[in-house]
Amino acid sequence: MNAIEINGIVKSYGNVRAVDGISLSVGEGEIFGLIGPDGAGKTTLFRIMTTLMLPDSGSGTVCGLDIVKDFARVRRIIGYMPGKFSLYQDLSVRENLDYFATLFGTTVRENYENIREIYSQIEPFEDRRAGKLSGGMKQKLALCCALVHHPSVLFLDEPTTGVDAVSRSDFWNMLSRIKASGVTVFVSTPYMDEAAQCDRLALIRDGVIIGTGTPDEIVSDFPYRLLSVGGDRMYPLLKELRKTDGVISCFAFGDSHHVAYDPAVTGRERILASLADAGFRGCSAVETAPSVEDCFMWLSGSGDN
Amino acid sequence: MEENVITIWNLTKKFGNFTAVDNISFDVRKGEIFGFLGANGAGKTTAMRILCGLSRPTSGEGTVAGYDINTGQEKIKRHIGYMSQKFSLYPDLTVRENIRLFGGIYGLKDREIRVKTDAMLGMLGMQSEKDKFAGDLPLGWKQKLAFSIALIHGPEIIFLDEPTGGVDPETRRRFWEMIYDTAEKGVTVFVTTHYMDEAEYCDRVSVMVDGKIAAMDSPAGLKSGYHARNMDEVFRIIAGRAEREE
Amino acid sequence: MKEFAASAVKEFRHIFRDRRTILIAMVMPVVQIILFGFAVSTEVNDARIAFCGDMSDPEVRKTVDRIDQNKYLSIVGRIDRPSDAEDLFRKNRADAAVCFAQDYGSDLISSGRTGAEIICDGSDPNTARMIASYLAGVISSEQTDIGISMAGEKKISMTPVVQLMYNPAMKSSYNFVPGVMGLILMLICSMMTAVSIVREKETGTLELLLVSPVRPLWIVISKMMPYLALSAVNFASILLLSHYVMEVPVNGSLLLLSFAALVFVVSSLALGLLISVISSSQRTALLICGMGLTMPTMIFSGIIFPCESMPQILQWVSDIIPAKWFIIIVKKVMIQGDGMASVIKELSILAGMAALLLAVSIRSFKTRLQ
Repeated sequence: MNAIEINGIVKSYGNVRAVDGISLSVGEGEIFGLIGPDGAGKTTLFRIMTTLMLPDSGSGTVCGLDIVKDFARVRRIIGYMPGKFSLYQDLSVRENLDYFATLFGTTVRENYENIREIYSQIEPFEDRRAGKLSGGMKQKLALCCALVHHPSVLFLDEPTTGVDAVSRSDFWNMLSRIKASGVTVFVSTPYMDEAAQCDRLALIRDGVIIGTGTPDEIVSDFPYRLLSVGGDRMYPLLKELRKTDGVISCFAFGDSHHVAYDPAVTGRERILASLADAGFRGCSAVETAPSVEDCFMWLSGSGDN
Repeated sequence: MEENVITIWNLTKKFGNFTAVDNISFDVRKGEIFGFLGANGAGKTTAMRILCGLSRPTSGEGTVAGYDINTGQEKIKRHIGYMSQKFSLYPDLTVRENIRLFGGIYGLKDREIRVKTDAMLGMLGMQSEKDKFAGDLPLGWKQKLAFSIALIHGPEIIFLDEPTGGVDPETRRRFWEMIYDTAEKGVTVFVTTHYMDEAEYCDRVSVMVDGKIAAMDSPAGLKSGYHARNMDEVFRIIAGRAEREE
Repeated sequence: MKEFAASAVKEFRHIFRDRRTILIAMVMPVVQIILFGFAVSTEVNDARIAFCGDMSDPEVRKTVDRIDQNKYLSIVGRIDRPSDAEDLFRKNRADAAVCFAQDYGSDLISSGRTGAEIICDGSDPNTARMIASYLAGVISSEQTDIGISMAGEKKISMTPVVQLMYNPAMKSSYNFVPGVMGLILMLICSMMTAVSIVREKETGTLELLLVSPVRPLWIVISKMMPYLALSAVNFASILLLSHYVMEVPVNGSLLLLSFAALVFVVSSLALGLLISVISSSQRTALLICGMGLTMPTMIFSGIIFPCESMPQILQWVSDIIPAKWFIIIVKKVMIQGDGMASVIKELSILAGMAALLLAVSIRSFKTRLQ
């Protein structure tokens, strides 16, 4: 049985289709990533799956329980961490945790083992008000509160948005440990570079899933060859590359440009030669494997202009 | 020697006994894209507020666009542009009304505003959207519009506070292309970001840790200095040493 | 039940940790009582009266003496022309002027038809009306005396210019204490309940509460607990203040009064919940409370003007406001000392409203986001 089943869910706000017929399944014990920019419909889908909203049409189950009919039972077995920090800022760390434990009919002591690894890091600040914690610690507390009743499925809506790179990688380490304890994790993020941390993922844009699979599967579906081109005058180089024959698309990727080309039309040497003709000498060009971000741009249908 | 548009000496800002910005000094050259990185709570926002003339330093001196950060705050505000992801446009005003409003705020004449509005809409390809509410535009368009509006009064420096957060990958890159175009025209760009690949696009990058500038160099210089493959690694090495919390 | 207790404890913590709110909640009744008791007082003390008329006329003299002897009025001087009153008002030397017609006394006796004009400083209309009514009362009683002494002769036909107001004792505290009580309980219960629920909507914590297995009803009822306690404290402080500072007696049964307050509080809590359901931000909730509850309560509670003198339509409107019934009960029990029998109608209406509001608000409280 899959931990999460989503079948053709549609949700509109007025004329806007926030979620437009999404179907997905998430296996038990997976870290499943829902990756897409702001406004793609991630939060709406999360709210529907956590029984906070009713879909206009379509259905879904969490651990075999229907999200509409069995909503009360679904609420018992899921842990949820909303997008923005949603704990009581005027209550202390311990009071927040105790309160959420009680809401789920349990105590912190009974479930201490579940959260020990994460909680031990904020335990020294037990009496501090949640509002006075640093961003990273707030996140840990929120995660503890979502885990304190030992849920089967954990829903994390953009847990790393606005968090710096170091705290972000800490957070992903925590997730893999949570997964190791048998919890299914359904997580959304706008950061493409976090895709590699997921077992499987779905790319979402404008309420539609544009690609799904393991990171490797998604990457292997990329239809073109990719060249990583570097040089001195990066911005003029980018403009020149876009004009080059056989180049499908060209975008900046850190210190180099990722150039997608059709191997039937051109190749590394021809591209370098045409750059040299245009006055860009001494450029480096290395064949490179596409990243999830390359795939996202191609799949969103705008990568080919 | 190249001309500096931002010069900061020994800048310190304290809140009570907490030192948010601890004795930092740096220069930003004209036409440069300067990346201002740091972990959450490292003091970036505080430092940026001082540079924008929104807050006075506890001690230290400096000039921004030629005006003193201690005494010339009002003049600084008139010579810089500012855009952040959180607030930039009024969602309940139309595109044209937003342009008008900000033109008016910066004291442009009606005729100038009209000319600039047309030029801006043409450049952005948003002629047919001019009467739509800014709130109804797709995120990517909103950002381009906000960026252009921040440049409406021809500032010498533009401050961008996490301009690309949550935007899809292509829009993010198109936005950076706008930044390049702007820098080529001689406008200095001062930008903060959480995307480390974007740090690579800057001419120079500074990394703040615990209120101090822990490192400042070109991306290539930083990478070779820290023996790192990319800026993400550089950032982890530097910011990983942070001791302070937010 | 444990969930309920934990939620109630949490709500108490929210309130006690928000010093500003608790301070406002505790101090508000005191400030309101004092404000209405002293600053906004409509009582008249030592109003300064100037007069214009022929002092050699015995009737004029008698009337002026009578005005001067009234403990609320005192004569400050004589003016030559009625128009001089304006000058005195400008210089703040007098609050009102009485101008007797020429041949006031003789006309009064011979024909019974004469005139005395009362000019008041209308810049403070409430006080002006009050002074005018005092003066009219004094003048007309003087005329009545003359009428009696001339019984059998011609009838004196002059009627008082201004009617005596509804509160003959002129003690405004009797009037505003019940009003303030209604207002405060309403504010604490409705506004604070609404704001506290909407705040959880805004911060997103409501999402977390909703996805927990706890029944939303328990969360809602636990939210009401601290405000119930707070309103009990306020109820007591208003009673103590009005008794010891305003000298308003509690003539009837304190138990009955407390019971009525409890019923009223329940209706207010339910209203607060209803408001929280329809508002998405604290600002909206505050606006609805202000415009929809506080204003009507102020207007219909008799703090500002008496319900009885309103147009019929407004009186009907006032019937659907719980505070009106509560205030009637408080007036009857507290001031008139009436028992259960005389307030049973009002109490039943109030209880019915409370039950209806509670049922509607609990039904409309959603277990999901909108």
